[in-house]
Amino acid sequence: MSWTPDLPIVSLKDVHKSFGDFEVLKGVSLDVMKGEVICIIGPSGSGKSTLIRCINALNDIQRGSITVEGQEVSDPKLDKLALRKKVGMVFQQYNLFPHKTALENVMMAPLKVLKEDPRTVEDRARSLIKKVRLEGKEDNYPGELSGGQQQRVAIARSLAMRPDVMLFDEVTAALDPETVKEVLVTIKDLAAEGMTCILVTHEMGFAREVADHIYFTDRGVIVEHGPPASFFDEAKDPRTKEFLSQIL
Amino acid sequence: MDSRLHGTTDLPVMKPYVLRGHQYDELFLVRWLGSLPPWSLLVLLALWPAAAFAQSAMFGTVDAFAALWRWIPFLTFQGFLFNVLISLFAMLIGTTLGAALGLAQLSRNKVTRGISWAITQLFRNSPWLVLLFVVLLAFPFQITVFGVTIPIPGWVKAVIGLSLPVMANISEIVRGAVNSVPSAQWEAAESLSFTRTQTLWQIILPQCFKRMIPPWMNWYAILTMATPLCSLLGVGEIITFSRQAMEAENNHPELLMPFYGYALVLFFAYCYPIARLTIALERRYSVKL
Repeated sequence: MSWTPDLPIVSLKDVHKSFGDFEVLKGVSLDVMKGEVICIIGPSGSGKSTLIRCINALNDIQRGSITVEGQEVSDPKLDKLALRKKVGMVFQQYNLFPHKTALENVMMAPLKVLKEDPRTVEDRARSLIKKVRLEGKEDNYPGELSGGQQQRVAIARSLAMRPDVMLFDEVTAALDPETVKEVLVTIKDLAAEGMTCILVTHEMGFAREVADHIYFTDRGVIVEHGPPASFFDEAKDPRTKEFLSQIL
Repeated sequence: MDSRLHGTTDLPVMKPYVLRGHQYDELFLVRWLGSLPPWSLLVLLALWPAAAFAQSAMFGTVDAFAALWRWIPFLTFQGFLFNVLISLFAMLIGTTLGAALGLAQLSRNKVTRGISWAITQLFRNSPWLVLLFVVLLAFPFQITVFGVTIPIPGWVKAVIGLSLPVMANISEIVRGAVNSVPSAQWEAAESLSFTRTQTLWQIILPQCFKRMIPPWMNWYAILTMATPLCSLLGVGEIITFSRQAMEAENNHPELLMPFYGYALVLFFAYCYPIARLTIALERRYSVKL
């Protein structure tokens, strides 16, 4: 079946995932349309990070189906490299390559993986660094940058592969409160440009502002979901209410 | 309250954490050697004739040093230089094979990993002298390839024998260094579509290359000091030649201190700068990744 933009770009159906005997995901289903921004919230240990790591096959699943642009991710014959070219990911701990400058970090994957022309890659990398508002930091090493700056380089590095979907795994959780905002602004810009974004976040204000749809997970299932306005103001499930009352 | 802070509590978690005994240090040799002050070479130079004087008898110490003086050019340029040469060749071979073996230990293939682990453990934990004798006896004196007979001299066998334990220890250095890179680096590379091989060569190894240099130099110093073992195989190096020189000087016991002392001074003078450099590098690399 070929994929067309009117079908969900990412689709999860009844996904089950266990680590040993411990079942982390117990039947999760969700659909993301192209250009949509969705936020996954929930208490820690509820399987949020595992969920998005399954989407780019960093974790495998035991049961159910995950498709990205119609392609089955759990297929053992899947070309994982091709999948990951379509799905970018940003981590909580940035994970920049410490021996490379900011510019080199951004250029590395297009050069070595896509084998693109160095001049075009450099032009694109410089404009991406500009886009994440880090002009002048091109030649700095990750160790010389603040957490927020490193995280923005990580976003630029991921964007350099020109992905169709971006995954953000608690990208502001390790940052100082002052630098959280600069990273959120960068993600907001991306969302405004129509990038499909799937975020795991604890920033409720941000989720309410940018998300098209919010999913609340607890103990491996999606308890409740809906557009931000109805989700935050008219939550029905007692677990959601309790979580929101603690956090808001 | 105060007494609690001073360790009289019966709650084990409140007791201060005390390290007992020595931790294993991968730079054990060079850290000790490098911690000696540079003037210790002068002390050694002063103590060595003094010790020789203390045991002097009929054949005077002055005579013994005069004998040494005649032999110094031979001992240094035929003897010690050969020790250096053996150590350099053994290090070259040991490093090349060790790097390959270390990478094999990181293979995803279970069989490759198992075999390379076994080889590493075998050669890392065998006595060096035994390895030397095994190589000496296992290798033929000459090989014939296409009718051409190539002799294998003893020193080549010594180089091979010494490179085996070096190889095994370099293998462990490589494996340890790669494993010391956080797994998040692998994941970040994976999510950017890097293959495992690309990740290893372009992202992981460049990061841990610097970390491998100090322990590698530590093993070079150990290897250099192990080269006198070759004298037991009859290879012409400083200890072999010192013995021969003493025989030529009629085997006076007074010759022992001057001659072996001279070898000690040479080894110290050669390894000490290496140790200092290693410690300096280690300090620099530990500050900036």
